[in-house]
Amino acid sequence: MITLQPGDIDVGGVTLRNHLLLAAGVLGTTGASLQRLLKLGAGGVVTKSIGPEPNAGHHGPCLIRTECGVLNAMGLPNPSKNFVEELAPLKGEPVIVSIFGKDPEEFKEVAGWFAEHAKAFELNVSCPHAAGYGAAIGTDPETVLECTRAVASYGVPVWVKLTPNVTDITTIGLAAEKGGASAIVAINTVRGMRISTAMRRPVLGNRTGGLSGKAIFPVAVKCVWDLYAACTIPVIGCGGVSTAEDVIEMMMAGAQAVEIGTAVMDDVRVFDRIARILYAKDGADPASIVGVAHD
Amino acid sequence: MTDLPMMPVPVTIKAIVEETPSIRTFYFDPGIPSSPGQFVMVWVPGVDEIPMALSSTHSITVQRVGDATTAMFNLVVGDKLGIRGPLGNGFAVSGRTLAIGGGVGVAPLLNLVTAGQVSTFLLGARTIAELLFAPVIVSACSLRIATDDGTAGRQGFVTDLMDEIDLADYDHICVCGPEIMMVKVLERLNKAGVAERGQFSLHRYMKCGLGICGSCSMDPRGLRVCRDGPVFTGIDLLETEFGKYTRDATGSRVHFPPLHPEKKDEKSGE
Repeated sequence: MITLQPGDIDVGGVTLRNHLLLAAGVLGTTGASLQRLLKLGAGGVVTKSIGPEPNAGHHGPCLIRTECGVLNAMGLPNPSKNFVEELAPLKGEPVIVSIFGKDPEEFKEVAGWFAEHAKAFELNVSCPHAAGYGAAIGTDPETVLECTRAVASYGVPVWVKLTPNVTDITTIGLAAEKGGASAIVAINTVRGMRISTAMRRPVLGNRTGGLSGKAIFPVAVKCVWDLYAACTIPVIGCGGVSTAEDVIEMMMAGAQAVEIGTAVMDDVRVFDRIARILYAKDGADPASIVGVAHD
Repeated sequence: MTDLPMMPVPVTIKAIVEETPSIRTFYFDPGIPSSPGQFVMVWVPGVDEIPMALSSTHSITVQRVGDATTAMFNLVVGDKLGIRGPLGNGFAVSGRTLAIGGGVGVAPLLNLVTAGQVSTFLLGARTIAELLFAPVIVSACSLRIATDDGTAGRQGFVTDLMDEIDLADYDHICVCGPEIMMVKVLERLNKAGVAERGQFSLHRYMKCGLGICGSCSMDPRGLRVCRDGPVFTGIDLLETEFGKYTRDATGSRVHFPPLHPEKKDEKSGE
């Protein structure tokens, strides 16, 4: 398979140790947990999404495995401003702080707490199961533009993580670009649900949730493909990546880096496992791979 | 890893036994094949899903403490629960094993007792009525009891019973109970130079049980109680958040009362 030259890379205003980031919402609630993933080979880490108030999230079940993915409805649990203390020991590390709010003002308020700590912000305008937050605002281009602009005012790079649950993801990507985003992350989870036939009711406490993992990889590749064609800022691929081959495929669709989430469940050492296959001293220049399938 | 559970398995409650005024055992069918010390996520439909130790392959032993357990206490024989599991690592013992349990923490240790893997059991409770599983334990191994009020066994804490035995006699020391109790046990093991023989079953707030959400991660190494535990060696727990703080559903730290209030605890001064 195709291999890449190892070494630091610059994507969306951030220097990463490799092309493999920990995705938001996975083992990202504590500083120690993020530190562990960096030690285990992640090129950068994205935190749990932090919002304006401490939030306990939805009642359980919050997460179940399916045949080829994971369905979750966590409900954006987070310690809000208390999270600042978690990041103190991570100073200097490639940490991207994921944030959410219900409007540009809330995004700006939350970003303000972390402006000194974040290498970049990742705006969560894509969580599919939190009323009034996430995808509730991320499906409106004007709101995405305003939220991006509000956070970009801090001078810290802003990444915008998009939902695939829209008719045309490029309209949202272009809105983020217009608002001053440094990168677009695609995608968040795909809306889904399961019903327990024995209990005659939806399994998730929130009834519906978001699907991640291998099942959504083709959806993510298509979204990255479309965004690469429509936008000029970097695209970061996210959704079902679990092998080195997936990384190359996502990059050929147009991603400059990838985020990995659900695969961590099967193997907490997934970053190192992929890196050992993905990188070689005589590997290709990553720039020659990104978007090459469009030629 | 393909052995992680998928959809909750529906089980039917076959019997409910009132063990103490605050603790009940729910027997269910089908059972969940498991090793001693493993746990399950229990779905109480319409309420919540919570982690629970298995007291046998077909039972959980529950203390009423919150919404989900209160809802469970309203269940009757014939009702259904959803079970995801078994989860976690469980105890790993050989040779002579000492078990130390307090309160409802005795539940995961019962599996070890019934498997014939415990030589001596130190059992603690607030009062005689809250002693859990004493008749079963005494039929399988040597049992010593401590109660806070002295209504059964020695008056005092279960840790006081440790003075009466030679810890060096045991290859493994399996512990489960309130965290403040477990910390005191670890202090004694460490003092005796046998911390590595301790196996402590921890409780932390959990959402997924599959090692992905991170709500049960412990400082400072980011170990996940649901997946890297719930059983950790004493060595794993020295110099950690164990006994100092835990986290609530938001991920915010919740500090335990200081164990030794007379001494200044420099590590919890943040």
